[in-house]
Amino acid sequence: MTSPSPSASPPPAGAGTADTPGRDPWRRRVRRREDRGGHRGGVPLPLLLPALIGLVLLVLPLVALLIRAPWRSMPDLLTSPEVWQALRLSLVCATAATAVSLVLGVPLAWLLARVDFPGRGLVRALVTLPLVLPPVVGGVALLMALGRNGVVGQWLDDWFGITLPFTTAGVVVAEAFVAMPFLVISVEGTLRAADPRYEEAAATLGASRFTAFRRVTLPLIAPGVAAGAVLAWARALGEFGATITFAGNFPGRTQTMPLAVYLALQNDPEAAIALSLVLLAVSIAVLAGLRDRWMTPS
Amino acid sequence: MTCSVRRTRRSRQSRRSRRSRRTLRAAGAGAAALLALGACGSSDSGSAAKSGSSGSEQLSGEVTVFAAASLRESFTTLGERFEKEHPGTKVTFSFGGSDALAAGITGGAPADVFASASPRTMAVVTDAGDASGAPETFVRNQLEIATLPGNPDRISSLKDLTGSGLKVVLCDEAVPCGAAARKALDASKLKLTPVSYEEDVKSALNKVVLKEADAAVVYRTDVRAAGEKVAGVEFPESADAINDYPIALLKESRNTDAAKAFIALVRSAEGRKVLTQAGFLQP
Repeated sequence: MTSPSPSASPPPAGAGTADTPGRDPWRRRVRRREDRGGHRGGVPLPLLLPALIGLVLLVLPLVALLIRAPWRSMPDLLTSPEVWQALRLSLVCATAATAVSLVLGVPLAWLLARVDFPGRGLVRALVTLPLVLPPVVGGVALLMALGRNGVVGQWLDDWFGITLPFTTAGVVVAEAFVAMPFLVISVEGTLRAADPRYEEAAATLGASRFTAFRRVTLPLIAPGVAAGAVLAWARALGEFGATITFAGNFPGRTQTMPLAVYLALQNDPEAAIALSLVLLAVSIAVLAGLRDRWMTPS
Repeated sequence: MTCSVRRTRRSRQSRRSRRSRRTLRAAGAGAAALLALGACGSSDSGSAAKSGSSGSEQLSGEVTVFAAASLRESFTTLGERFEKEHPGTKVTFSFGGSDALAAGITGGAPADVFASASPRTMAVVTDAGDASGAPETFVRNQLEIATLPGNPDRISSLKDLTGSGLKVVLCDEAVPCGAAARKALDASKLKLTPVSYEEDVKSALNKVVLKEADAAVVYRTDVRAAGEKVAGVEFPESADAINDYPIALLKESRNTDAAKAFIALVRSAEGRKVLTQAGFLQP
């Protein structure tokens, strides 16, 4: 993929050359080479020990889930139509929320990274707020905004007869609300690291700003967008608080896997463990699969 | 107050230092000032309580009560009374779904008293051998329909909820209020499709409070607690699904005397009055 011709070799980031990147920089995918070597032997103990404890902290609960899983009754627990319904809904909604995040989040990230406007710091803080906000608070806020009686929601209801709570669309909105910041942050970071001179070059060659964005910037930041999308998807898949608060819980319509797990835990902990394992397996499969495909710098 | 002034001055000094450091320090100083203020406040109230104590009882220390979410209002009142009657004691509550609380107790959560919204969840605790003595039913709770204020949809019975176009929320059957609602619906042979099965009774009620749903089947006590924000509609089928609320002293209690005294207060005439006012029925 990246076989630079000598005449138009993309300069490594930070090389400081001010010449134009070549005749057709549009199509070229620029990837920064990363030193993948690292230290092999002689890891200092003060680093190794906390690293291992950290690893245990992150992995042990998942291992415990495997150990305590009711393997014998697993087939019965997992073949119920409710489980597949919840899983399918989870996957569909998380994917839809990621799509929404991509369509809205990438332009937002571009705005934050490339356009200097007053109050940019504040806007960035607001955009990242859902990251730290308790999801339930997010759900309440969504109800206040888009609920049947909400600030905007009452107009949606009056004019179009649309109400988002208790609908699958509501789940997607709730998930996009909590997941989009991950994408925006990731894409904005990549944009800031990417060299703006390519866009400037495109502009000097007569491309409009949007064309430059579409044909130069977007391919340039594709790995960052993919990474952000995976993060957002994973976050959306695990979304619980905002979903149950904003969209409620109805099997097949708004009951995603995390909700099913939570309610199963109320009177059938074994079923909750089984459901958790399914969600875990799906998440690992997708994260691992996508990581190899998109996120490894070649 | 002096301490907070000093903090302010320190944060002012730090303004000269570099930017990132400044924010960090100011935040730290702010937090420290808050902590200092909080400490002042709590020590003030502590001394006030001490001076107000008449030395009537020997009870002291903290009582941790795990109680069903539906008991929040009445138990909070009772907790305040208890602390007033027994200076030097502190009642700490953990309100939540009975199942979650029971799971917490069997998992080793440090609690002295457990008040559950159903015998089934209490059985989780007693079966695990975590209760000291047999649980006693102290109140009962009956279902009621919560509607929008003024009852604009003119709901007068459980059957009215099955009418099309109404957004009704029920509790999930996994939690006691949902199980009770299911029982009432089954007993009256009604088929009701809600828009959502909520995870607990308060979130079912709140969907009506927020006007997102038109009606919810909740407890009488919740309708009462919501005051003007909802209207209550009683329905006869609720008699088929009355929940008993058991209370028990827990084996792991580290403050048995105070815990027993709290249970006694809940079961006393005074406690009964508070609970009845909240809408609970006597067993």
